[in-house]
Amino acid sequence: MGREAEVVAELLPAFKARHPQIEVRVQQLPWTAAHEKLLTAYAGGSLPDLCQLGNTWLPELTALDALEPLDARAREAGIATDDYFAGILDTNRMSTANGDRLFGLPWYVDTRVLFYRTDLLREAGHSEPPQSWAEWVGAMRAVRQRGGASRYGVLLPLNEPDPLFAMALQQGPLLNDDATRGAFAQPGFRRALGFYTSLFHEGLAPALGAAQISNVWDEFARGLFTFYVSGPWNIGEFRRRLPRERQQDWATAPLPGPDGPGVSTAGGSSLVLFKGSPRKDAAWRLIAFLSEPETMQRFHALTGNLPPRRSAWQAPALAADVPSQAFASQLERVRAAPKIPEWERIFQEMQGAAERVVHKTQGIDAATVQLDAWVDALLEKRRWLRARTTAVAAAR
Amino acid sequence: MRRVVVIGWALAAPALVVILVFFAVPVVMGLSLSLTDFDLYALADLSTLRFVGLDNYARLLQTPLFWQALGNTLYFVAIGVPVSIGLSLGAALLLNARVAKWQPFFRTALFAPVVTTVVAVAVIWRYLLHTRYGLINQTLGSIGIDPIDWLGDPHWSMPSIILFAAWKNFGYNMIILLAALQAVPREIYESARVDGAGPMRQFTDLTFPLLTPTLVMVGIMTLAGYFQLFAEPYVMTQGGPLRSTVSVLYFMYEEGFRWWNLGYASAVAFMLFFIIFVVSAGLLRFDRDPAGSPA
Repeated sequence: MGREAEVVAELLPAFKARHPQIEVRVQQLPWTAAHEKLLTAYAGGSLPDLCQLGNTWLPELTALDALEPLDARAREAGIATDDYFAGILDTNRMSTANGDRLFGLPWYVDTRVLFYRTDLLREAGHSEPPQSWAEWVGAMRAVRQRGGASRYGVLLPLNEPDPLFAMALQQGPLLNDDATRGAFAQPGFRRALGFYTSLFHEGLAPALGAAQISNVWDEFARGLFTFYVSGPWNIGEFRRRLPRERQQDWATAPLPGPDGPGVSTAGGSSLVLFKGSPRKDAAWRLIAFLSEPETMQRFHALTGNLPPRRSAWQAPALAADVPSQAFASQLERVRAAPKIPEWERIFQEMQGAAERVVHKTQGIDAATVQLDAWVDALLEKRRWLRARTTAVAAAR
Repeated sequence: MRRVVVIGWALAAPALVVILVFFAVPVVMGLSLSLTDFDLYALADLSTLRFVGLDNYARLLQTPLFWQALGNTLYFVAIGVPVSIGLSLGAALLLNARVAKWQPFFRTALFAPVVTTVVAVAVIWRYLLHTRYGLINQTLGSIGIDPIDWLGDPHWSMPSIILFAAWKNFGYNMIILLAALQAVPREIYESARVDGAGPMRQFTDLTFPLLTPTLVMVGIMTLAGYFQLFAEPYVMTQGGPLRSTVSVLYFMYEEGFRWWNLGYASAVAFMLFFIIFVVSAGLLRFDRDPAGSPA
């Protein structure tokens, strides 16, 4: 999908050399249409043999029973699953009627860390990046005090749910009762939302969406904000787009937590094998090939995508790359999103609730209660399914 | 007599079968789908499908985004239909004028947007509407108007979509209105001139009444088409910014094919059908009893 689909063609000659009898045909999908196309392909019975899948889509395709469990194959092929970052691998484990199963192998990873201006932070009297929420807020206040109205502490684009989601993950579960009810009105999420919205209310973060900031890199270079919560692709973008004289003035750091280094989101893409494929063995060989640390290193060199296996990080291109180190350390502290097909929707709705609190059209209490009510209504079918399964089990 | 009836049915049968298979059956299936909670879980295992009666419709009426989508759609229809038909009528009158030269050329040129692909011209329009490099903002800039974020500002996104849709569609109605205008005998205008009617009177008392049936037909077709706004926001804005270009059909598409709530999405489809039906019926009354007709 997207850029990866173009690049994978460059990895294939090595695979072809090893398995000349297997012919690989790559079909490219744009990310924007991929989700709909996959579901339609499932309904029409025309899924491919294997596929790259955003790891938040795994619950959906597992609910459809479209994926092949990979535990046995990974064991036989000698793929060391403990070489993968645990939080990332966990996003590929789904509970089934027969216990937890692995339904995908992580291909590349995505998480959120801090990007920040080292010079502005130093001028404000902080030589080290913040580790806890309190230190972070202190640093932002100092930056704001020094710079005045044209300086903000942090840019958290209002249309991006990921920063708030990371803060919420630091506070505990977001769903209750086997992921059949929302837990947004619980103290954990309310603390995260309270912290997030206080940054706006205190004037430390501008209440803007990404569309209203014409160019994030220009504004970062100009010093409109000192911190920015973003993902791995911005390492490359910062190098390309920041002016030369600013290249010495930025760095990355793991995300601060409530009391010390915090967890962040476990995103990325996985490789999956479809149950309906008539060529599972051949397809698995390709997955195994793409999961080798050496292939992952070549893939990183071609795309900048970060590998999910610790051993792949020993390549000089990664081990010597300073901005990537914050990701390496953050990846040891990532937590999976709730594994239910409805999560993507809840994720968007959560941000809608946060926006209302930021704009003060609702208080935290009202917003979280309303969010829980919405989530409970959305998950009604899951409760019904669970009750049905228990009833069937009891009848036996 | 009986033989005639049989032959009649036999001749109509192929068409009737096609209508039955490709229209009646899908409509009935859609209607029954809208009474169930067909979703992702039902797609995986049909035994989890539940009959929910009118719950989908009740839930729909309580969904804020549906009302917002309906509001957006009504905005689009209320402004877009008059603008579009006004453009068509204006262009048709110009083309029909006696002094018009190169009439075939202009007719083809003005009709051209209709036969182009929405997606291809939407890409071009996105260039035109680009905040910094777009031709429209550059033109406005040269007369001292600040750049407008056409597709990124929630206040301007819908007007931009209307502008695009009107440009794309006016040629079709123009051809129909032109045909109607050309059917009016020139002698009537001559006698009107003899009676001393100026161009304005000629339009209000001759052209407009004679065009009314065509205008009502064009109006209903445009209205029904504009209520089904989808491709323009899908290609140009994906429903944003701040959901300001989510139309009812776009809402249905998201529910159905993004979240796979097919039961709920079918309910949206029937609700939209109902709305279009009521509005079109209202317009048809216009035709039978044209308002403002001399008593």
